[in-house]
Amino acid sequence: MDPVIELDGLEVRFGQRVILKQLKAALTGRSVGLLGPNGAGKSTLINTLLGFHKPSAGTARILGRDIRTHAREVRGLIGYMPENDAFIANMTGVHFVRLMAELAGLPAGHALERAHEAFFYVGLGEVRYRTLGTYSLGMKQAAKLAQAIAHGPKLLFLDEPTNGLDPPARVRMIQLIQEIRDRGDLHLLLSSHLLHDVEDCCDEVLILKDGNVAAFCNLEEERRANRRFLEIETRGENNGCFLEAVEKLGCETAPGAQGRIKLILPDGLEVRRLYEIAAGQNVQIRRLNHRRDSLEDIFLKAMETANGRL
Amino acid sequence: MAVYKKTYRPYDGELTPSWTRLLVIPRYAFAEFRGKRFLSIFFIASFIYPLICALIIYVQHNASALGLLGVQQGARNLIAINVTFFMSLLGWQSMLALFLASFIGPGQVSPDLANNALSLYLARPFSRVEYVLGKMSVLVVLMSLMTWVPGLLCFCLQGYLEGWQWMKDNPRLAAGTFFGAWIWILILALLALALSAWVKWKPAAGGLMFGVFFVAAAFGAVINQVQRTAWGHLFNIGHVVGSVWVQLFEGSNRTTNGAVFFRAPMGEDLPMWCNWMALAILCLICLYMLARKIRGAEVVR
Repeated sequence: MDPVIELDGLEVRFGQRVILKQLKAALTGRSVGLLGPNGAGKSTLINTLLGFHKPSAGTARILGRDIRTHAREVRGLIGYMPENDAFIANMTGVHFVRLMAELAGLPAGHALERAHEAFFYVGLGEVRYRTLGTYSLGMKQAAKLAQAIAHGPKLLFLDEPTNGLDPPARVRMIQLIQEIRDRGDLHLLLSSHLLHDVEDCCDEVLILKDGNVAAFCNLEEERRANRRFLEIETRGENNGCFLEAVEKLGCETAPGAQGRIKLILPDGLEVRRLYEIAAGQNVQIRRLNHRRDSLEDIFLKAMETANGRL
Repeated sequence: MAVYKKTYRPYDGELTPSWTRLLVIPRYAFAEFRGKRFLSIFFIASFIYPLICALIIYVQHNASALGLLGVQQGARNLIAINVTFFMSLLGWQSMLALFLASFIGPGQVSPDLANNALSLYLARPFSRVEYVLGKMSVLVVLMSLMTWVPGLLCFCLQGYLEGWQWMKDNPRLAAGTFFGAWIWILILALLALALSAWVKWKPAAGGLMFGVFFVAAAFGAVINQVQRTAWGHLFNIGHVVGSVWVQLFEGSNRTTNGAVFFRAPMGEDLPMWCNWMALAILCLICLYMLARKIRGAEVVR
């Protein structure tokens, strides 16, 4: 599959400071999550892909177009929802989105029609004639999403789309992003601090740390791999014997405090067998979870590496 | 598709040519301008002086009208249609253009910067240069309509009434009006945008426009007085522009001292290249200020 975004030794410097260090990755997923702590270079990467910063070395390609040589063409393919407030305060919502769609190349009539549609789509249909300065934070976020999708981009950059939203508004925003993703008409690059947002919306994740690629993985594959990964909590005096018996079945085990045990089941072994062994050893299994927080583990592991380089 | 069908759909229609996107910004700006009553009235009122000039030209060439006014045919040159007439017309109109630029200019860039909208403009197939040109074109069109357009119309009216020979004898009046106005328009537009980009509060940016002209002129005058020199005039934009105008209108056969705010008294002349250089430096400073501020993302080094 052709990569949506290909980072080819991309380096960005601000003065003497190297912000992005020779990034190399080929992102092919329909929706890619961009994670990293503050200062990792997430926003700089997005800004560089948009042409706001010039790479000091290397380059990147978006849908096959080089950002150095085809910057204008690349921007024509992208819809961008920035992290911070970004609007024209004295303009009505629908006029603002229409202006942005026209600047992206839509004829005036089409731009107006698409602006109305985008506003209804993000749930702001009733307030589209109000000036943007009077919008609440959640409405501004939705308006930013409307202007990002109005011109029908091929790739959507969402920089912290749930920033400052209350829980219902956050759920609505995530649903919108999932809907857009599931239609399959465009690709997504979602930058967020919130692991849940990324986990809910993305199938690939790129983790940055100190300007390096700290981890890059396919979440779907990770989830599949984790299906055999269990965490159990036991009570009883024969925990040691229970562990030995389980290991004899081919399980990898990692005992923790207070009877907690992490297990990787071999193929073909049913969970039921664990209960049978526990009953035989007079051990109670109080809790059994399939591991779900794979992204959190991947993220924490990536943060533990010394220099963030893979 | 009806808007109530709340779904996302990709766009696969036609796209406008990229050069036409430059015109989107002025179109929206003019729509906003039309909605502001004070500015619209001010703009329309700015044509009173050119109308009076056109009336004077007409009356000068109409014997019956002169008779009605009780003026003898020999006295028709009471108000001479000459270089002073056209320079005064340009001077008054340019003064009004300064006011218009101070009212409209600050509203061009500062709202976009104050609300971080620049990243949205520049995330599209739309460059920084196009953004600045688009914003400038609003001021350029309005100020052109106030300055060189009525000036050239008056020139054509005078040529029509006086005869082709008069036009052939006075091409400098047309050239001076056209190029003199353009120099002033470019300076005003660049300065208005640059100040608008640096001062996000609109009234302050408007006030600063006047400050640049009047405070700098006062500073130049103080330098002249203290140092007993004429070099302080380089800080006086009115004087510098006036000197350039005089050269454009009259060449080396100088007979006037400029007009209205753009006075360049004889005897206080600076070398002409110094005046041109001062204007070029001012423009370059404005361009540098714009280049620093008009960015998709602020860089914190």
